[in-house]
Amino acid sequence: MANQQLNSGNPRVDIEYRRRKNAEEMKYQLVSFALMIFLTLIAFAAVYIKGFTSWFTVPFIILLAVVQVIFQLYYFMHMSHKGHEAPSLFLYSGVLVGAITILAFSTIIWW
Amino acid sequence: MHADEKFTYETWPAAPEKSTLESKNKFLGFWFFLGGETVLFASLFATYLALKDKVPSSSHPLAKDLFELPLTFVATMLLLTSSLTSVYAMYHMKNFAFKKMMVWLGLTALLGAGFLGLEVYEFTHYVHEGHTFTSSAFGSAFYTLVGFHGGHVAFGLLWCLTLMFRNSKRGLDLYNAPKFYVFSLYWHFIDVVWVFIFTVVYLMGMVG
Repeated sequence: MANQQLNSGNPRVDIEYRRRKNAEEMKYQLVSFALMIFLTLIAFAAVYIKGFTSWFTVPFIILLAVVQVIFQLYYFMHMSHKGHEAPSLFLYSGVLVGAITILAFSTIIWW
Repeated sequence: MHADEKFTYETWPAAPEKSTLESKNKFLGFWFFLGGETVLFASLFATYLALKDKVPSSSHPLAKDLFELPLTFVATMLLLTSSLTSVYAMYHMKNFAFKKMMVWLGLTALLGAGFLGLEVYEFTHYVHEGHTFTSSAFGSAFYTLVGFHGGHVAFGLLWCLTLMFRNSKRGLDLYNAPKFYVFSLYWHFIDVVWVFIFTVVYLMGMVG
């Protein structure tokens, strides 16, 4: 069925299965939350400890942000689940246009 | 399955956010909107990057004079945690636990309100330091980008409270489950944008 209702003929079994699946997903989401907090702490620490050059710090914290956003999109917003082909197309099209805009705006100025 | 069908814990579908034709369309349409929002925020980021620290005279404060790590850190933690509380709300929605879902949504709204309060405090503080919307190109770009995000948080807050109020006596069904789900997508997207704001505006601003 389209809604992916699983049916073994025994409703108790299905409920137990889904309950366990939901709990398992919640566990993954908690792990990704812990990782997101961890990445945030590293990014703030990299700026707070004034030992690094900006040539290192800037690309480094942008990389951390990208990784954190991937966790947010694929775990919190369920893009890792089936049936997210169209959402991926929409989002990545937006990212593409956005990236070109940022590239254009940051190359048109004198630094 | 119909939007007005009554469900029990046993009959509740595995994917209540996509079980009716309307909710499938809602899901698709909302992701399309998020693609557009990505472009909107990207162009505001692009403008900010081009106009950062562009001030008419040396008496105007620059990014490194204005921003303070502790405030940004607390705001980040509030918004990040509110993203997790809305994950919990959707977990309970999938398990047909209406009351628990409402509690977690309430917590989400509370954390969002805390974030918004901090932002209002921050903006008034900057205005007193001479950094206003009209004081410089830097000011305009800064308040447009961060203000648009804050506006999204304010809208999300109203959305969340309206959903909670309107459905407080209804319980969960396939009419409102997709509404709660789409709200949670919106709330996570706000957090996605904030991750880039705290990195590009605040952290990069302090680096120089």
